[in-house]
Amino acid sequence: MPQFFPRTSTTIARLTLLGGALALAAVACAGYLIVESPYETRQDVPREQPVPFSHEHHAGGLGIDCRYCHTTVETSSFANIPATKVCMNCHQQMWAVAPDIEPIRESYRNGRSVLWTRVHDLPDFVYFDHSVHIHKGVGCSTCHGRVDRMPLTWQAESLRMKWCLDCHRDPAKYVRPRDQVFNMAYTPPRNQEEVGQRLMSEYHIVRRTSCSTCHR
Amino acid sequence: MKISATLGLAIALVACRQDMHDQPKYKPLAESNFFADGRASRPIPENTVARDEPIVNDTYHTGNANGDFTARIPVTVDMALLRRGEERFDIFCSPCHGRLGDGNGMVAQRGFRIPQNLNSDRIRQAPPGYIFQVISNGYGGMPDHADQIPVRDRWAIVAYLRALELSRSARISDVPLEAQSQLEAQR
Ligand code: HEC
Ligand code: HEC
Ligand code: HEC
Ligand code: HEC
Ligand code: HEC
Ligand code: HEC
Repeated sequence: MPQFFPRTSTTIARLTLLGGALALAAVACAGYLIVESPYETRQDVPREQPVPFSHEHHAGGLGIDCRYCHTTVETSSFANIPATKVCMNCHQQMWAVAPDIEPIRESYRNGRSVLWTRVHDLPDFVYFDHSVHIHKGVGCSTCHGRVDRMPLTWQAESLRMKWCLDCHRDPAKYVRPRDQVFNMAYTPPRNQEEVGQRLMSEYHIVRRTSCSTCHR
Repeated sequence: MKISATLGLAIALVACRQDMHDQPKYKPLAESNFFADGRASRPIPENTVARDEPIVNDTYHTGNANGDFTARIPVTVDMALLRRGEERFDIFCSPCHGRLGDGNGMVAQRGFRIPQNLNSDRIRQAPPGYIFQVISNGYGGMPDHADQIPVRDRWAIVAYLRALELSRSARISDVPLEAQSQLEAQR
């Protein structure tokens, strides 16, 4: 009786096993790439807004300080999104009939909120606090990029846990003098490592990596 | 077939992790479908007062003393207060008034009503309580800034404005001797 399986079938079987393993690995890799891709983290994608508010115009061009609108960023966990009234401080008189700003005027008239679309949105099981970062010398641009060059706002970093931890393990790589926190054009000096170490002790910065720092 | 099913499952798993991401709790300014106006952050009900902002009719909160604008700033004026005032002036006033208070801010340059020079004799002679009220309630074409600037910071700005006005008409002989040589060197 001739052999049922030809000799080559052993090789085929082996290859199939190997191929299966590879396929699984590929799926895992693909999954990881998808999770970490800018598509999934929604990084670098400008969000549509009810009013085409431009930081490039207001913060960059006109040089309005972030705190004129984000009034609580130094004192609270939440940076605050400005009330309609703040826009009307200027737009009562300027561009007062521009159709772009109609939703703002309408909100001012009827007292309903403008429905801004969130750009950054950490999962609800993560605790984040602006005030501590501002106070310890982490600049807006370190986490938000060059907001003053954004015609529509987008998220400049992944906001993944490993991104937070990269800094929390060694903040010396990123911290700057407190009076530079709002400077969008700040570039780290050549001796950042040295400056960072000095600021770490001056501002009593602690390396916070315990899970309960952010998951509480 | 199996592979594409696995891949599909993997993508589905990646996509449906939202249960703990969006928990049934409110973050500041979130949308709510419980309240009729859709706001999770509730506006202050009528006839109530926030705990940290009591309505007190004293000089500190109103800028008034004995039925007139106060002629004295009701907080201790020191270097720290002036520095705070400078920072806050640059944030909240300079867009329209310019950093020197001369009315040359970026927003005024783009067509906003051009404010008068804050170094004019009239504003110089206006009592601190008056400036405080302009910040709190606005004046003519100027919007009020009460919601954006806490009371203490308003007084800091008033104090700084006085220093700014002084500096705008100061002569070199008004400066202490050792600072004079420093200034000359910088010229
Ligand atoms: C004139 C008012 C104004 C000024 C000045 C301003 N912003 Fe904003 N900012 C807004 C408004 C309105 C939004 C919401 C619409 C949007 O996302 O673009 C916003 C959104 C943002 C967001 C995204 C928030 C989210 O939804 O996740 C960031 C980050 C931000 N601003 C940073 C800054 C920084 C940094 C500065 C200073 C360089 C600044 N802003 C200055 C009005 C302002
Ligand atoms: C301090 C004054 C000021 C405030 C506050 C302000 N704006 Fe403006 N805005 C301006 C000026 C000035 C321009 C015109 C810009 C120019 O001419 O370059 C402008 C232009 C705009 C435009 C038109 C830009 C374009 O080219 O399409 C929009 C839309 C706008 N603002 C929305 C807003 C919104 C929304 C807010 C509130 C979050 C706001 N602004 C707050 C001063 C202000
Ligand atoms: C350490 C990184 C970091 C720094 C520094 C930082 N931000 Fe943020 N910011 C975030 C994160 C993360 C979020 C999203 C928070 C969330 O989803 O709960 C955020 C959200 C915001 C928002 C949306 C409102 C809110 O609070 O959720 C605004 C506006 C904003 N940031 C402005 C600023 C400004 C202005 C500065 C500089 C003064 C600044 N941020 C500095 C990380 C940072
Ligand atoms: C560029 C640097 C940097 C990044 C990025 C960063 N942090 Fe921080 N964070 C710091 C520093 C510095 C401190 C101050 C640590 C100290 O001395 O207490 C801090 C403190 C904190 C604290 C307060 C700890 C406490 O107990 O008071 C929380 C919460 C926090 N970070 C959450 C986050 C989260 C969540 C992220 C990511 C979304 C993040 N941080 C990203 C630098 C950073
Ligand atoms: C500096 C802040 C920070 C610290 C410290 C931190 N995390 Fe996280 N963690 C985050 C952020 C931000 C996210 C959400 C973004 C993401 O999924 O990467 C997250 C997400 C997670 C998730 C969910 C992942 C997912 O894919 O949904 C788990 C599980 C987790 N963290 C566990 C831990 C454990 C365990 C520790 C301690 C060893 C820890 N974290 C410490 C910031 C932190
Ligand atoms: C949005 C632009 C704008 C901002 C911001 C602004 N002002 Fe004004 N301010 C004006 C205009 C316009 C006038 C002139 C009003 C008029 O004559 O109708 C004015 C007038 C004044 C006057 C003169 C009142 C008088 O009796 O003539 C004072 C004092 C003043 N502002 C102080 C301030 C201070 C302090 C700040 C910062 C907290 C500030 N302003 C912020 C636009 C602004």
